[in-house]
Amino acid sequence: MNSLDVLPATASTYANELNSFFWVMVALCGVVAIAIAVFIVHCAVKYRRRDPDELPDQIQGSNTLEWSWTSVTAIIFLGMFGWGAKTYFDAEQPPPDTLNVWVVGKQWMWKVEHSNGIREIDTLHVPVDRSVRLTMISEDVIHDFFVPAFRVKQDVLPQRYVTLWFKATKPGKYHLLCAEYCGAKHSGMIGWVYAMESHDYQRWVQESGAEGSLASTGEKWFHQFGCANCHRFSGHGPGPDLRGLYGTSVTLDTGVTRIADEAYIRDCIVGNKGGAVFGFKGIMPNFTGQVSEEQLIALVAYIKSIGRQFGTELDSEPGTTLESQGVHSGIVTPGITSNAGSKPGVR
Amino acid sequence: MISKIRIAEAPNYLTEEQGIRSWLLTTDHKRICLLYIAAITFFFVLGGIAALLIRLELLTPVTDLVSPETYNKLFSEHGIIMVWLFLIPSIPATLGNFLIPEMIGAKDVAFPKLNLASWYVFMIGGLLIMYGIARGGIDTGWTFYTPFSTIYSTTEVAVTGVGIFIVGFSSIMTGVNFIVTIHRLRAPGMTWFRMPLFLWSLYSTSVVMVLATPVLAIALLMIIWERVFQVGIFSPELGGDPVLFQHLFWFYSHPAVYIMVLPSMGVVSEIVAAFSRKAVFGYVFVAFSSVAIAVLGFLVWGHHMFVAGESVYSALAFSVLSYLVAVPSAIKVFNWSATLYKGSVSLDTPMLYALGFIGLFTIGGMTGLFVAALGIDVHVTDTYFVIAHFHYIMVGGAVMGYLGGLHYWWPKISGRMYPERLAKAAALIVFLGFNLTFFPQFVLGWLGMPRRYAAYPPEWQWLHILSTAGATILAVGYLMPLLYLTWAWKRGPLAGHNPWRATGLEWQISSPPPKHNFETTPIVTHKAYDYAGMKEELGLV
Repeated sequence: MNSLDVLPATASTYANELNSFFWVMVALCGVVAIAIAVFIVHCAVKYRRRDPDELPDQIQGSNTLEWSWTSVTAIIFLGMFGWGAKTYFDAEQPPPDTLNVWVVGKQWMWKVEHSNGIREIDTLHVPVDRSVRLTMISEDVIHDFFVPAFRVKQDVLPQRYVTLWFKATKPGKYHLLCAEYCGAKHSGMIGWVYAMESHDYQRWVQESGAEGSLASTGEKWFHQFGCANCHRFSGHGPGPDLRGLYGTSVTLDTGVTRIADEAYIRDCIVGNKGGAVFGFKGIMPNFTGQVSEEQLIALVAYIKSIGRQFGTELDSEPGTTLESQGVHSGIVTPGITSNAGSKPGVR
Repeated sequence: MISKIRIAEAPNYLTEEQGIRSWLLTTDHKRICLLYIAAITFFFVLGGIAALLIRLELLTPVTDLVSPETYNKLFSEHGIIMVWLFLIPSIPATLGNFLIPEMIGAKDVAFPKLNLASWYVFMIGGLLIMYGIARGGIDTGWTFYTPFSTIYSTTEVAVTGVGIFIVGFSSIMTGVNFIVTIHRLRAPGMTWFRMPLFLWSLYSTSVVMVLATPVLAIALLMIIWERVFQVGIFSPELGGDPVLFQHLFWFYSHPAVYIMVLPSMGVVSEIVAAFSRKAVFGYVFVAFSSVAIAVLGFLVWGHHMFVAGESVYSALAFSVLSYLVAVPSAIKVFNWSATLYKGSVSLDTPMLYALGFIGLFTIGGMTGLFVAALGIDVHVTDTYFVIAHFHYIMVGGAVMGYLGGLHYWWPKISGRMYPERLAKAAALIVFLGFNLTFFPQFVLGWLGMPRRYAAYPPEWQWLHILSTAGATILAVGYLMPLLYLTWAWKRGPLAGHNPWRATGLEWQISSPPPKHNFETTPIVTHKAYDYAGMKEELGLV
C-alpha cells in the first residue's frame, strides 16, 4: 500500500529547475562529506596509538593550507548562493498574463475564489501549462500555502495580500499543505491541487457553474455597503471616481505616493496604513470588522475590473482569451455589470 | 608548569564540606556545575519523554495515541525544554563552570555569588515553565509565532513566557561572569593565545549570550503585553505586525543556535587534541573561527523568513551572509580532521563522541547550505528537512559534544573512571540511533512533509517508522551513560589526576580538585597542547 518513494512528484516549471540544483548540491556535499569521513577513518587506523607513551610529531598547522581551504570553501559557497539566488530571483516575478486566483486561509481551511466566480474549499483546480498567480490572505493567524509537487511555499499573513505563482506542467492530483503552524488542526488544513489538461479544465469550469463572476459579486457589495453613494461614477460625489483607479499611482494626503494595487484598495476600505487620497481626508468610514476578507476580495476584484479602460491588466478568465472577455469593449457603464468578470462559458 | 599539589587523602571540593546547606549555599564553581548537571539532566529526561511520545504518535499516519491538541503541546514543550532548559545552559553552565577557572589557573569565577544566583534564577524560571505544564502546557511551538501566540492560543503562554524570560537572565549572568573571568583571572603567563580552544569558544558563546538574550526578553515581554493588556504590537487586528515578532525572535534564536553549538566545538577541540596527542591544527584559525561565528551569527536571522513576506533584496542579503557564517564552521571541521594526521590516535569514549560530532556536524552544516540557498529553502523550509538539519546540529552536534565532554572530564569531576567498554558501546548506540532517527527526516522533508503535523499522508509512514525505531535506540543510548556515570560516581576505579595524559592546567591538580583548585597560583609557561614541551611531566617519549 505505501510506496517507498524517495522522490517527490515534479509537476511545475519551478520544480524542474530546482531539482537539478538540489541534486548537484547533494552530489557536491556528498562527495565532500565522504572524503572527510574517509580521511578521518584513515587517520584513526593508520595513526592509531601503538605505544601508550608515544609522542607523535608536533605539527602545528600550515598557513598555506588554511588560506587555501578557506578561500576554496568560500568560493564554492558563493557559487551555491548565486545559483540559489538565481532560481529564487527568476521565480519572483510572475510572467504577464497569469490566471489569477484568490485564496483565503483560515483556521483550518483553504477557501479558493476564482475570478469567474467559482469557489472551492480545500481544493484548487488549475490548468497545466498556464501560469497561475494566487493572491492570498489569512483571516486569522499565519498560514502557509505549500504544494510540494510544485516546490512553492508562501506564508499567508493576516491583513496583507501576498502572492505566489506557478506553472503546472503535469496533470495530476497533488498535496496542498499548510506549512506554518496554525493551531489545533494544523495538520488537518490540507487539500488537493488538481492540475488538468486545458480541455478538462474547461469542462470543469462549465460544470461548476458559478452564479456570477467575482467582480459582479463585488459590484453587488459595492452597492450594498453604500460605496456607490460616495464613489459616484459622475465624478461629482464626496469620494473620488474609482473608474480607472487600478494600477495608477495615487498621492496620499501624507504626501506618500502609492500604486493603487489590490493591497492599496483593501487598505483604503479597512482604513489601514494606506491613508486617504489627497483632498479626501477623513471622509471615508472605516469598514474594519464589517466586511469579510471574501467580501473585500470581491470588492477589490470589482474595482480592478473597472480600471481596465486605462490599459491595466485584467483579471483574465480561466481558460479564455482576453478577446472573449470583451477586453476591447471600451468604457464600462456605471451601475451595469461589466463584461469583464462574467463567465463566457455559461453565457 | 606548576608544583604538584597532590596530597594523599587531602579533602577535595566534594568532601571538604558536608550537608545540604553546603550544596545549596555553595559559591564553588565546581559544585554549581554539579547543581546544573542535576537540573539539566532532569529537564533533558523530561524533554526526551516528550520527544518519544511525539515519535510514537507519528508511528501511524492518523492521530491515535494522543489528540492533536496534546500533540501540539508535546512538540512545544519538547522544544522549549530542550532549548532553554537543556541546550542553552548545557555545556557553559556545567563544563564551562567547572573548567574555566581551572583552565586559566584561577580559584573560582570572577563573581561566585552571581554564579550561584544564576542557578537559582534558572531554577525559578524552570519551575515556572513546569508550573505552566502542570496547568495544561502551551501549544505555540517553541517559536511563539504571532498572532497565534498573542490572540488565538488559549494555553499557558504568559506563564511559560515569563519562565523563559527569567531563565534568560541566568544565561546573561553566566555570560557576564565568564567574560570577566577570562579577562581578569588568567594566571600569570596565560596569554590569550596560550588558552585552550575551549575557552575561546566559551568566550565567544558568552558574548552572544550577553548581547542576544535581552532581545528575546524584549520579544517575550511584548508577547505577554499584547496577550494580557491587548496592546497592539504584533497582531494586525490591533494594528501590529506579525512578522516583526519573527525578526525579534530570530535575532535571538539564530545566535542562540551558536550558543548551543559553539561550546561543543570547544569540547571537540580539547578531545581531538588529547586523543591525537597533538596541538589542534591551525590553533589561531580555530580560535578566530569561534569569534567569526559569534559575530556573523548576529547577521543571519532573516534567513528564517524567506517565505514570510520578506523583500527579495533582504532575502538575498541574508542568504549570502548565511553562506559566510558557514565558512568558519568548515574551517573548524578541516582543522580537526587535520589534527589527526600523523597523530597518536586513541579511540577512547570521548574521542568516539568527538569524531561522531565531526561527522554529524558536517552533515548538519552541509544541509545548512541547502536551506541557505534561497531556491531550495522555499521548498524545504518548515518541513522535516529543517527538523533534520537542526537536530543534526543540536543533537548530533551539541549533545554529542556535551556527552563527549562529560566523559572526558568525568574523571576530573568525580575522581573516578566509568566502565570504558560500556561507554564505548553507548557512544556507538547513540551514533547509530541518531542517524536512524534523523536521516529519514531529510527524505521526508524533501518529499514535502511539513513540521508540526500530528497526522500525515499515509505514503510517508515508512519513513516515520524508521525514525521512531531510531528514536527508541537513541533513548537506550542516552539512558546508558545516565546509569553508568551515576554508578561510577561512587564505585568506579580511581582516575588519578591525569588519566588521559593530557595537557591543560585542569589535569595538573588532583581529581576531584581541591576546593580552591590551586594551592598557589600557577605560572604558565606553555601554550595549550604543548605535548613536546611537557613530555617529561606526561611521561612521553
